[in-house]
Parts: sequence; structure tokens; C-alpha cells
Amino acid sequence: MTTLTAHVVGRADEVPVGEGRAFTAGGTPVAVFRLRDGSLRAVAAVCPHAGGPIADGQSDATVVVCPLHLNAWRWDGTPTTDAAPLPVYPVREEAGTLVVEV
Amino acid sequence: MTAILGAGTRAVAELEPADTRARIVVVGNGMAGARLVEEVLERDGGRDFRIIVFGDEPHGNYNRIMLSPVLAGEADEADIVLNSHDWYAERGVELRAGVRVERIDTVAKVVHAADGTATPYDHVVLATGSHSFIPPMTGVRTASGDLLPGVVGFRTIDETREMLAAARTHRKAVVMGGGLLGLEAARALQAQGMAVELVHAMGWLMNAQLDAEAGAVVRRSVEELGITVHTDAMATEVLGTHRVTGVVLKDGRTLDCDLLVVAAGVRPHTDVAVRSGIEVERAVLVDDRMATDVPDVYAIGECAQHRGTVYGLVAPAWEHATVLADLLTGANPGAAYTGSRTATKLKVAGVDVAVMGVSTPERDTDEFLVISEPKRGVHLSVVVRDDRLVGATLVGDTRKVAFLTQAFDRGTPLPAERIKLLVDLSDGEAEVGVAELPGDSQVCNCNGVTKDRICGAVAEGCTSLPKVMDATRAGKGCGSCKGLVQRIVEWAADGALTEEESASWYVPGVPMPKPELIAAIKEHDLRSVSAVFATLARGGQEDAKSKMGLASLLKMIWGADYVTEPDATFVNDRVHANIQRDGTFSVVPQMKGGVTTPDQLRRIADVAEKYDVPMVKVTGGQRIDLLGIRKEDLPKVWADLGMPSGYAYGKSMRTVKTCVGSDFCRFGLDDSTQLGIDLETRFQGVESPAKIKMAVVGCPRNCAEAYVKDVGVVATGKGRWEVYVGGAAGASVRKGDLLATVSTPAEVLELTGRFLQLYRENGNWLERTYDFVPRFGVDRLKAVLLEDSEGLCAALDEGIQRSVDAYTDPWARDLAEPASPGQFRTSLPLTVLPRVPVR
Repeated sequence: MTTLTAHVVGRADEVPVGEGRAFTAGGTPVAVFRLRDGSLRAVAAVCPHAGGPIADGQSDATVVVCPLHLNAWRWDGTPTTDAAPLPVYPVREEAGTLVVEV
Repeated sequence: MTAILGAGTRAVAELEPADTRARIVVVGNGMAGARLVEEVLERDGGRDFRIIVFGDEPHGNYNRIMLSPVLAGEADEADIVLNSHDWYAERGVELRAGVRVERIDTVAKVVHAADGTATPYDHVVLATGSHSFIPPMTGVRTASGDLLPGVVGFRTIDETREMLAAARTHRKAVVMGGGLLGLEAARALQAQGMAVELVHAMGWLMNAQLDAEAGAVVRRSVEELGITVHTDAMATEVLGTHRVTGVVLKDGRTLDCDLLVVAAGVRPHTDVAVRSGIEVERAVLVDDRMATDVPDVYAIGECAQHRGTVYGLVAPAWEHATVLADLLTGANPGAAYTGSRTATKLKVAGVDVAVMGVSTPERDTDEFLVISEPKRGVHLSVVVRDDRLVGATLVGDTRKVAFLTQAFDRGTPLPAERIKLLVDLSDGEAEVGVAELPGDSQVCNCNGVTKDRICGAVAEGCTSLPKVMDATRAGKGCGSCKGLVQRIVEWAADGALTEEESASWYVPGVPMPKPELIAAIKEHDLRSVSAVFATLARGGQEDAKSKMGLASLLKMIWGADYVTEPDATFVNDRVHANIQRDGTFSVVPQMKGGVTTPDQLRRIADVAEKYDVPMVKVTGGQRIDLLGIRKEDLPKVWADLGMPSGYAYGKSMRTVKTCVGSDFCRFGLDDSTQLGIDLETRFQGVESPAKIKMAVVGCPRNCAEAYVKDVGVVATGKGRWEVYVGGAAGASVRKGDLLATVSTPAEVLELTGRFLQLYRENGNWLERTYDFVPRFGVDRLKAVLLEDSEGLCAALDEGIQRSVDAYTDPWARDLAEPASPGQFRTSLPLTVLPRVPVR
């Protein structure tokens, strides 16, 4: 089993409500989203289908949609299309910073 | 009814004495001649040519193919009128109906008619068609040479009327000729209540198109209608002194009748050509330019013989007309007619028949496949030569005609098991074309989805089209394959398809069709996408894939009062640029009407160098595209350009292409450039269900392709503008529908605004105008926009004005103040962009 390492990737206020922003967590590019209920989600920043920028995608409480070909993944990483799964990472807010475990 | 087809009493319109246009004289006003006139006018030939048409019949132009339905009582005479006398008058075409041309003086270049007139010509076109062939029979003509009363050919509306009159007062008809026309006449007269006997000289019916077995199948079907058929039967004598009373056959039998219809074939009308010294064999000889051996004399249609062939179908005649119109008007000086591959599909005597190419094998190596089920009235055969379909005959079952026609016309590959050409072995009921599609053939080219993948999705439980599209992404690219995807899904689901309730919804996340949704948004005063979800979505749930459509709709409804939310907006609209495959963006500055300046070009060049832009490309919409811009560079690029956004990324009004119009062009009729700039200025940035592309051209040469735009405007001279809507030249190609012809640029702007607003309020999300216009209906569109039939115009004008007023340049706006923190941060932090190769 792989152990996860926590990384401070940025400030919590860098991710506006409803949008996604990309960061690097120990050499791994991650896209962090703040949902409309204020909660955070972190997924791989690069889509497994064609390398699309996930942080530019639109999202809701259930899914994130890649802007290039509109593939969608649930927040557990499972695809709604026949694309490969999207890696997901634990994320939390700690003293005004964003912490992602990779 | 008779008034429409009645004799023309209208005086020929006086033409201006100073008319210096070249003269085209058309001899013959049938389907070929009239089509030529239409084609010439369509190429704006009315400007350069004065057109004079001679017609033997005293009528306007009518659809001869439809005479059978008229005879059968299934169509009215009014239904078959193609062009009335008024049609000719309105277009300045001089129609001399009921005037027979006697001869052409090809040296003096004058047409002499039976009414004593002499009409000079620059070009003369013979379109004299054919006449019924009356075989030599004793007693068929009276002493004066006319046909015996009660004997009638089947070629003209007058003959049709005569038969209809006879059917009311007489009981028994004999039809001579078991070809197409004869069978049609027999069935029609039988439907009119007459007892009908069919006499055919050859061994089987339709011998010109069918082999003996197929002919036998047709015979069975005809006899089942109650028509008596005599084959190998030649009529030698017509009985009766004042009116026909019967015919005598060669074998001595006599058939009583009081109506004799002669449909024993047609012969080309070549008298005028022969009298004028033009070369004639079976018909008037023409080359690939439809030209006879005499300069400036042409022949088209059934009276023309091209490369040894005389055609008796309408399709080749229309091809002749198109080629000749191209040549005469100069629209395509290289146009050439090289022959037609004729494929026909028709219903003859109640039987579906489709015929193409040869009907029987002609070489030892020809493959010949026949399926004959006389009991069911079905006879199918194909002839294959060198792996290509060279002929097919389908009687009684024409379900495979689409596939076979395609194989015949285009030489597409044939299934190795030839029987699949004629029957679907897997499923006899399947949609033609889908069943035989190989599993690994790509259906959706945009997303690379095969038929197998679609079938797989259905097998996995996707029981509706939207679900299959979601699962496979088939049909979600350009959308042009959607129809095929739907047919495959239907075929694979085998009737177990469920109709998605959501099919009528504007977006999947809010359960309402567009009109209800608009009403609810207004009623609840919902000004942001999140407010719409909270109030109208099931359980208040937001839906990512619905956001873009809702944002567009709200902007349309509220204009400047719309509450923007960055997360409701697609990335393109958030950063006002078009995302590319590597995550970079393309930047297209506004260049109204495609007009630019040295200063703009200098600035664009400087930006391209400063930001290492990998590709600078001239777009199809007459602008300049800077491709491969990094997201974080976007604001700097805008600032350095100092030009407004060209909206090349939005579901919105994009660009207005123009030609150089009257300022510089030798042919320009009006100032198309200025009108294009005015249109783009007025409607810049207006959001809509899908992108909107416009064009304005200064003459019908259409250099800026206005006929294939969402809105296309064409100058026709004398200050008049034609407004076309619903055109397309993308994944679908469609010529726009003429909405109206107006007299001022202001009217163009008003009408365009009304059309745009109607489309914005009624078009489904991502529905282009080329789908919207046919769905809404062109006639209704005209009624609503031109006559205000539904009282909407004031509201439409107000609605579009609200959006026009709300326009701000998004580049300038976000330069002044970013829409949200980190708006232009890279989303691919570890990837070196751009990754596209630099040329």
C-alpha cells in the first residue's frame, strides 16, 4: 500500500467558489475545486483521455467535466463515459492553506 | 383550377425598346425548357439576357410526371402547375404559349413561328421534348389525318382531360402499351371506374426495364387489380367510324372499347430541327456542351441525343438544363454534361419498382443474383461486374433501394456475400443500410466511435439515444452523424427503446422545455444560473453540463441585468478565447466585415512575435487567428493588441464575411462591405443557442458565401437585398431559405435582428439555424417576421435591442478588472505550453 504525503499547495482563497485551480503537490499536478457548498475536491490536473486541463472544467456537486471533449468524472474518480478513471486525492483546508495528500 | 392551366389571355408585356440584352429563345415549355429558364434566372441571367419561351401547349408549365395521379383522381390540375403565366410575367420572361415554332433561320438567327412572327435570337435552345408514338394501324386516323375520336395518346394535360371526360361517359378502355406510361394509364382509368384491357406487343410487361421474370411479377400484381393483360398482342386495326368501337389484334381477336389509349412509346420532336438543317439522328445531336452542329443552337431534354443516348426521364433533362445554364450565363464556363446513370424508383400500377443500370447479365463474368417470390409479388435481382454494381431491379420490395443506389452511383464496396445486397440475413425488418454496416466501421468520426461500440452500449443497458450518446460520445462532436447513431441504436435495441422524457428539455438539469423555462425564469425573477438550479431543478441540484446553456439563456433574457457567475460559464467564455487541444488558447481580434488596416496588421504582427505565437492563421470568417497563446498571457495579448474581441469562441454572433462590394469590384451591385460592418457592429457578441455566422455579398456571384450562412444577405441591384436564413457549410451543408427581399440596409438590420431574437427565444441549446429554420418552418417564419402573424415583432425588436445595449467588449472589461481571482492562471502547471509544433 502506498503511503500518502501531505503537501501544502497554496492558499485557501486561491480557489473561488464553484471554480477549479491547478497546483503542484510534490511534483504531481492537481486540480482543486471548491464546490458551491464550500467543500473542496482534488483530482488529477490532467485528463486521462487526451491531456485536457481539468481545472478549466465545469463542475457540480456530483461531477467534473473536462473542457476539451466533455468527458465527466464523479468525485470518486469514476467516469460517466468510457474514459479511464480520474485519480482523486484527499484535500483539506488548514489554517488558511490548501493541503493535498498525494 | 382550369384558370391556372387555361389558355393565356395575358398580353405579352411590352419590353423597353432600348433593351440591349442578349436574347435567349427557348423552343419548348416542358420540363426541360422551363427548368432551363429557372436555372438561367437563378444565375442572375435575367440581367444579361432577355428570355423568350415558345410553348406548343397554351398553358404555363406543368409537371408531366404527375399526369398519372391527375388521371387517377389522386391529384388536381392545380397540384401539378410548376410555373403559371404570372410566374413568367413577374420575372420578365416572355412566354408565347400556344405558339408553335415552324423553323429556325440559323443564318439570319431568327425563329419563325406559326403565328407569322420572326424572333431574332443570340442563343436558341431546342427543348421540344417528345410526342406519343401512334403505331400504324388501319383506321386509327380519319380522312383528315386526325386521330379517330376516342383514340388518345397520354402525354399532355389536354389528353388527360379528354380521358377523364371519357371515363365519365364511357365504360370500356383498351390501353395499348405495357410500359410505364401504359400501366399508369390502365391503373388510373380502372380507378376511374372503367373496365380496362391492356394490350402489349412484347412478351412481358415493362420489357424495356425488366427481365421476363420481373415482368411476370408485375403482371400478376396488375391482374390482381382487375385489369386484363394481353402480351404478345399487336393491334392492327381500329374499329369505328365516328368514334372508336374496338381494336382488332393480329391473331384475329377483337376487343370492344369506347376509349383507346395509345401509350406505345414516345418519339423525340425533331421537326423543327430537321426543317432548320440541324443534324438529327434519333434525336437532335448534341455534344457535352449541349450544343448542336450549328453555332448558338442547343438542344436539351428528350429531344436531345447525347453520346448515342436519348433519355426519357426527367433527371437527365434537368442535368442538361443546369449545364447549359452554367455555360450560357458564364456561371461555370467549364460546365460539361457527360451522361447520366439513371436510377428510377416509382410506383407502377400500385407496385413499387426500382430500376437502375442493366437488368440482365451481359458478359460471361457478370455475377447475377435473383430472388423471385411471385406469390408475394416480389422479384429482386442485381448484376455485379468486377465487384461493382452495374444493375439492379427491385419489384414489390424496394427497401434496399437506398443502399443499392449508393453502390450504383458511387461504386461503393459490396458485401462479399452478395445475397446481402438484396436481403438482410440477420433481421429482415432492419433499417436499410444500418444492418449491413460492418461492426468496426466508424460512425462518429469526431469521437472515433464504431458501430460495435454503439451496439455494445445498448447491450450494456443504455436504452435511449441520449444515454448511448453520453456513454460513447457518439454524435457529440459536429453532430452530423446523429441520425445514423439514432438508427443504429434503434436497430440494436430492437424496439426496446425508451423515449427520454428529457428529450424535450432545454438542458438536462432542469426538467422544462425552453418556452416554459423562459416563463418560469421571468416569473421567479431568476438572474443567475445558481438561482435557476435552486428554484427550478429537481431537488435544487446543480448540473455541470446544463450551466453553459442556462448562462446563455439568462444573458439573452436579462441582458445587462444578468448576474454573472464564473463557475456557470464554460472556460472559453471565462477567458474569452477558444481552448485548444494542448490547453493553450486561440485569440481572434474583431475585424468587422473582414476589413483591416496596416496599423492593425502591424500590431498583430508585433504581438505574434512578442509572445512566440506558434501559428498565425487567416480564418474562414475573414479574420486573423493567433493560435497557441498561453492562458496567463491572454490579458497581456489583449492589451498589446488594443482591439476588441472577435467572439471566435462563443455560442454567439461571430463574424460577418463580406466581399468588396461596389467600391472596387467590377460586378458589385451594392455596398456589401459597409452593410457587413453595420451588421457586425449591431449584433457583436450577442449570445445565442449556437454560433451565428453571417455574410453579405454585393452580387449573386456570392464570393463571401452568403447562401450558406446563418444569415446571408445578397445584393441584387437597384438597392435591393435578399435576406437568406438557415444556411450552413460546416458539418452540414444547406443553402439558406430566402426570407425576404428588402430595399434598404436599415430593413436588413431590422429583419436580421428579429430573426436572431426569434431563434434565440425558440432555438434549442446548440441547435444551429440550419436545424431551427426547417423545424420552425420557413412559411411560418415569414408569416411571423414579415406579417407579424403572431403579434411578436414588437417584443422581438425590444428583446434584441436589450442585448445590443448590453454589449461590452469582454477583453477591455476583464483587463480593467479580472472576473475572479486566478482567472488566467495556468491549469497545466507542469506542462510546457504550447505543445503544438511550430511551423
